Amino acid sequence: MSTFFSQIINGLQSGSIYALVALGYSMVYGIIMLLNFAHGDIIMVGAYVIWLGVTTWNINPLVSILLAVAVSTLLGVVIEKVAYAPLRSSPRLSLLITAIGISYLLENGFQLIFGAGAKTVPTFISGPSLQLGSMTVSFPAMVTIVVTVVMMVGLTILVQKTKLGKAMRAVSEDMGAAQLMGISLNTTISFTFMLGSALAGVASVLYLCAYPQASPTMGSMLGLKAFVAAVLGGIGSLPGAMLGGFIIGMAEALVSAVGLSVWKDGVVFAILIVVLLVRPSGILGKTVKEKV
Amino acid sequence: MKTRKTIPMPVRYLINGVLLAIFLVGGTIMVNSGIVSGYYSKILMLIGINIILAVSLNVATGYLGQLPLGHAGFMAVGAYTGGIFLKAVEASKAEGPVLWVYIAAALLLSGLVAGIFGIIIGVPALRLKGDYLAIITLGFGEIIRVVLTNIDGVLGFDFTYGASGLKRIPKIASFFNVFLCVILSCMVIHMIMKSRHGRAILAIRENEIAAESCGIRITYYKVMAFTVSAFFAGVAGCLYAGYLGSLQPTTFGFMKSIEILVMVVLGGMGSMLGSVLSATVLTALPELLRTFSDYRMVVYSLVLVLMMIFKPSGLLGQYDFSLSRILEKLMNRGSAPKAQAKEGGKNE
Amino acid sequence: MSKLVEVPGGIIPERDAGKPPVLEARHIGIDFGGLTAVDDFDFVLGATEIGGLIGPNGAGKTTVFNLLTNVYQPTRGSILLNGVDTKGKSTYQINKLGIARTFQNIRLFKDLTVLDNVLIGMHNAMDYNMASSVLRLPRYWKEEKRAKEKAIELLSIFDMQDMVELNAGNLPYGAQRRLEIVRALATKPKLLLLDEPAAGMNPSETAELMENIRRIRDMFKISIMLIEHDMNLVMGICEGIAVLNYGRIIAKGTPEEIRNNPVVIEAYLGKKGV
Repeated sequence: MSTFFSQIINGLQSGSIYALVALGYSMVYGIIMLLNFAHGDIIMVGAYVIWLGVTTWNINPLVSILLAVAVSTLLGVVIEKVAYAPLRSSPRLSLLITAIGISYLLENGFQLIFGAGAKTVPTFISGPSLQLGSMTVSFPAMVTIVVTVVMMVGLTILVQKTKLGKAMRAVSEDMGAAQLMGISLNTTISFTFMLGSALAGVASVLYLCAYPQASPTMGSMLGLKAFVAAVLGGIGSLPGAMLGGFIIGMAEALVSAVGLSVWKDGVVFAILIVVLLVRPSGILGKTVKEKV
Repeated sequence: MKTRKTIPMPVRYLINGVLLAIFLVGGTIMVNSGIVSGYYSKILMLIGINIILAVSLNVATGYLGQLPLGHAGFMAVGAYTGGIFLKAVEASKAEGPVLWVYIAAALLLSGLVAGIFGIIIGVPALRLKGDYLAIITLGFGEIIRVVLTNIDGVLGFDFTYGASGLKRIPKIASFFNVFLCVILSCMVIHMIMKSRHGRAILAIRENEIAAESCGIRITYYKVMAFTVSAFFAGVAGCLYAGYLGSLQPTTFGFMKSIEILVMVVLGGMGSMLGSVLSATVLTALPELLRTFSDYRMVVYSLVLVLMMIFKPSGLLGQYDFSLSRILEKLMNRGSAPKAQAKEGGKNE
Repeated sequence: MSKLVEVPGGIIPERDAGKPPVLEARHIGIDFGGLTAVDDFDFVLGATEIGGLIGPNGAGKTTVFNLLTNVYQPTRGSILLNGVDTKGKSTYQINKLGIARTFQNIRLFKDLTVLDNVLIGMHNAMDYNMASSVLRLPRYWKEEKRAKEKAIELLSIFDMQDMVELNAGNLPYGAQRRLEIVRALATKPKLLLLDEPAAGMNPSETAELMENIRRIRDMFKISIMLIEHDMNLVMGICEGIAVLNYGRIIAKGTPEEIRNNPVVIEAYLGKKGV
């Protein structure tokens, strides 16, 4: 029973990370209909910043964390400005291929600079674990779940209540009409990338709490799975991304719990395929039909 | 219309056939006699295999206009099918015609099994549009990799040899059979594309709704193009198995799919010649410039991004090479100088 | 112009009275998530009739075309095409049964040549299989040759036979509209649906188009139904007209009757009329 419980906690913890990353995919897709393949690699960059911070530079962990989030945020905005903005009127296939290219550029660039091997990150967050009867919830798991919930509440308020949030929703509804209403497309899109990338930066911190290693390709599988989570929940839908993230995390934990952990990746993609076939728009997504 | 001198069809085929035969036989003689060293002939074979991969992906990407991200998955299916088959029949002990039958059977079987996977994936996946197709094929490619790594544990006997890899596959690949496959693949794809079936595929790329109102069965032709694409990826996979002699599931990851995609995009989506040329260059360059190989993937990805921003149609756009068309142009300039014998002529 | 006579379900030209109608739309309707886009659309088209569908913007005219070609499956009612119920058929099957159409926002195969555009229209008119094309069997050559000749013949109706090698996307606007009609004709339809064929044309082009529509009807012995805002064109060539407003037919009849119908004048033409 207690191993089962600890798997549930594991599921919640990795699910939280997936959910945070999935939000980034979902927001960007909602606004410019792009599957931002580079999103997962932003997490990788964030993780390297923390690694540099706590080892090479030897600065305060908190400063490292803030630095990682700042670098991730900046990187996301720069990628959008440099690579995606020039293609705003191109076919979506070109945009998608560009995103794949950026993702590979980041992965291989970092591999060239830091080598292919994984870098171990020493523990940089610690605290007391929570004791619930015979069951223990580790400090990183608690932090991860709490931070994720706080982030989600914050994001929801931001999108629903603020002016920029309204602009985001307007642009995702109808880009042309939003522009005519005086909404600046560039600002709104940059803001969206900023938010998504900042969440990715936070995710990189939480990821390192759970698996203290940074490697050039760490973002690709994490990104792919988070992306599966976004599709599962309904891409473009924020609550959907959160739901999808938790489902993927729990599914992985359960597969591991029954001793089939080598099949974990296969199960995640199988879930994706089944969902796409049964309900292509995802659990909470809307269906859009092309006008003839 | 002005009357133009044209080359009648049978003559066109004859010219191209003779040139290809010269290329194939000449190349084989050069390789066998050692004029081309073993090292270079290996690179040539790898080029041939990559040409088939690029040309086959071009069917789904360039002609059909979809973005499958699991091409390496089909290649893996073909490679393992071919590898297991060649080991099972002990092709390394066979000689003469028996060996040729084994090789032909392995290639065909690999293509067919990959093609069947193409149908299995294609039927559900192609109901979905654009991005979703990319995702679902990506998922499929990853699942293939996971299955190849772990299937032995489920079956309880050695089949793919999991992560340690399928080893001691008879090395059946030679300059001759690799490039015979290259020529046949290009020809078959070309013949399909220059027919009502191929036009239907192009129509779907151009405008799905209009194609359907012209009486074209969208799903059928999508699946068909997808299957053709998978079939030839399987053939290339089989050649790869017979070239390398050992296989590992990790070879066929997402990375490999992207490498093939880069070849297609660089050459120009929808141009067979483009795929052939860029597969050649992108395979030869890192091999010939050893120092470059460290930077290979970085350069690949940069090329991909810059290409999309500055020349999204690729180097050749949708231009396709036709020796006969060039000959006709020369003929119509008045005098008809003999064209220099040149490799290629994949077109009419 | 032929007089209209009553048949079960509607009115058709007198000369078509002996023949079964090409199209019978029986009370079809469709809802999009609670919103009724088209309701109780009831219409009969004679075998060689030119019918018109008019109405203000957003009245649901294009939706009717989409219903007839099963781009959208009707929520209610049934459509008979030469007596065959089209329920549950796919759009490509509807085309095989004899409906071809053009689109309000031109949908050509832009990167392909004019000839290829027409040949794609002849997709089902060509009869050879994959083996024939891969092995280049005689059947392939025969069918391709026949199709090419036929395509050029069709293009010459609009005097476009010299444009075969041009890319469709590079044609001038008017030629693109004409090519779309040729492509539709290449599918050998019994009923041709034209969605605003005169949109963007000047008066002399419109007059020429009007002539050509009639000529096509007479040449191919088919019926044509068109959506159009140009009243001169509609009143000039249509025999039976249906007026749509808010998804419902508010009037049916000859151009004469429509022109003088007070309901139409009020709902569609404005208070003063044209």
